[in-house]
Amino acid sequence: MDKFTSHTGVAVPLRRSNVDTDQIIPAVYLKRITRTGFEDGLFAAWRKDPGFVLNQPAWANGSILIPGPDFGTGSSREHAVWALQNYGFKVVIGSRFGDIFRNNSGKAGLLIATVDQAVVEQLWADAEAAPGADFTVDLKTRTITTPQRVVEFAVDEFTRHRLLEGLDDISSTLQLADEISAYEADRPSFKPTTMSVEVPA
Amino acid sequence: MGRTLSEKLWDAHVVHKGEGGEPDLLYIDLHLVHEVTSPQAFEGLRLAGRTVRRPDLTMATEDHNIPTLHPELPIADPVSRAQVETLRRNAKDFGVPIHSLGDVDQGVVHIIGPQLGVTEPGMTIVCGDSHTSTHGAFGALAFGIGTSEVEHVLATQTLPQARPKTMAVTVDGTLPDGVTPKDLVLTLISEVGTGGGQGYMVEYRGQVFEEMSMEGRMTVCNMSIEWGAKAGMVAPDQTTFDYVKGRPLAPSGADWDAAVDYWKTLRTDEDAVFDREIHLDGSAITPFVTWGTNPGQGVPLDSSVPAAESFTDEVARSSAERALNYMDLKPGTPMRDIRIDTVFLGSCTNGRIEDLRLAASVIKGHKVAEGTRMLVVPGSARVRLQAMEEGLDKVFLGAGAEWRGAGCSMCLGMNPDQLAPGERSASTSNRNFEGRQGRGGRTHLVSPPVAAATAITGHLSAPADLAAVEV
Ligand code: SF4
Repeated sequence: MDKFTSHTGVAVPLRRSNVDTDQIIPAVYLKRITRTGFEDGLFAAWRKDPGFVLNQPAWANGSILIPGPDFGTGSSREHAVWALQNYGFKVVIGSRFGDIFRNNSGKAGLLIATVDQAVVEQLWADAEAAPGADFTVDLKTRTITTPQRVVEFAVDEFTRHRLLEGLDDISSTLQLADEISAYEADRPSFKPTTMSVEVPA
Repeated sequence: MGRTLSEKLWDAHVVHKGEGGEPDLLYIDLHLVHEVTSPQAFEGLRLAGRTVRRPDLTMATEDHNIPTLHPELPIADPVSRAQVETLRRNAKDFGVPIHSLGDVDQGVVHIIGPQLGVTEPGMTIVCGDSHTSTHGAFGALAFGIGTSEVEHVLATQTLPQARPKTMAVTVDGTLPDGVTPKDLVLTLISEVGTGGGQGYMVEYRGQVFEEMSMEGRMTVCNMSIEWGAKAGMVAPDQTTFDYVKGRPLAPSGADWDAAVDYWKTLRTDEDAVFDREIHLDGSAITPFVTWGTNPGQGVPLDSSVPAAESFTDEVARSSAERALNYMDLKPGTPMRDIRIDTVFLGSCTNGRIEDLRLAASVIKGHKVAEGTRMLVVPGSARVRLQAMEEGLDKVFLGAGAEWRGAGCSMCLGMNPDQLAPGERSASTSNRNFEGRQGRGGRTHLVSPPVAAATAITGHLSAPADLAAVEV
């Protein structure tokens, strides 16, 4: 995973709450077997509406998304994270996120910056005061800088460390392989396996 | 101090305790895999030259992206076909057992685990699917994960996880006649909101759950994610043991006895304390349906579409406004007056045999209303066969409903089973999100008996309304 220290780019106010992952990318766009190309499905239904924020020239090149509360609820599809990244988003700032979406983002390298909803309202106002204005999100100092203000955001320390260092979870876990083997040696024999089922030839 | 069921499950699976804000590393007893959220994970393994650590604790099936008509023909959509073929190739290359289309154990991933007896109490179970919470019905710690985590579990059979808080949802009393576990969970979500469970492992308890069948418990646990909970679970009891016993992959002989002895230790201790508690009165619950575009936007079938202004919270109000607009509903309209184009009976929420039996018992001797279509999609190939043995297919077909092959189907509208723009459904599935069942489609979440009664009248109805309908 690439390291993330700070990012400067166009901040997009998405004044909607409860944006579930079906809205971020509908199921019919999930058929690819790659991690790329999902930008075509990003907010697919809403992008057909000329009034939608990403259809405004000032915001079309956005890389920092600021939605309302409960963003990324619902389906576990990591394609929602990939669609945002494939489109060009590096950071999502909001007050409340779906759990699995937040996890997926951390793993895939999309920064989820959490602030109070009152702060989201300020950030919306700043982004709308000068459409297309750049914000800077600094993970080291945990701050968001807009043309008008500097605010702090929250991110859990473990995710922050992994993003700053660009760490790969699987490699870290594999360093504990002995502990995993020791755990396995103690597993009770009554635990089921899937294997009495035939394995494909 | 005593521990809760969820704490016991958690503690029993810690491989490595995280220190200083680090997550714990949990062992995973069962990893279920399907075609949509796994291709990039297997590809990641290939690129890194890794193998699947425990293929014998991994099981794959095809459910999300397969057609429910003509299973004997190649999948018509080449992109869907490529995705399903990729899963088959990955299963073969990595030695993972797979239940493909045509196999008698194929079906929605959360239906086949319990059916095969590989879902058992005391386990950790994950899948690249948010409704993995279903398996919690057995007294297991089960939750959905994303594709990066799927890759992590394939490679290591473990997952780093921050420990959630604990919550108890206690439902006392007895559900009235005609009220199902689906009505209960829809009622719960409308009261606590879609974010109410966030950060919690939830245990459902109380008389209503003690009296509930395993399949009913699965329906409730299934929708835990719809109010944001990390996992939902019910303590294992005799009902659980009876359900698991004798299934193809369940333990037998001395292993069975050892297993049951262990499972009996899992119940929450008397002196355990939950971080949060919610109480509901089961006898006050009535048939419940949604009017909006998230599962928390629901009301009793007996009431009417609410006005956006009736919500005091600003966020809830604007969300209701958008939902009413999308759903094309006028505040004050009685829920029963809402006309329905398509009834969908199926999904991992309500696609099991008890659901089909219940719906068939309502629909028997009636006809699906003119202008309404009804799609019956059993949750698994075995549920389908069982239903046919009981003659349920004939009941549905005789009423004019469609009887399909097993899969997710219109629950997520990924295969050709979709709503047309503007079409309105009554659906026994779990999500009424904008466009979930097809772009521009409008979904009302309902229980199986309400689905069946609605198919007969052509507008949202409960079985009790049918007395007036001519047979
Ligand atoms: S039936 Fe619906 S909710 Fe269940 S796994 Fe399939 S798509 Fe997901």
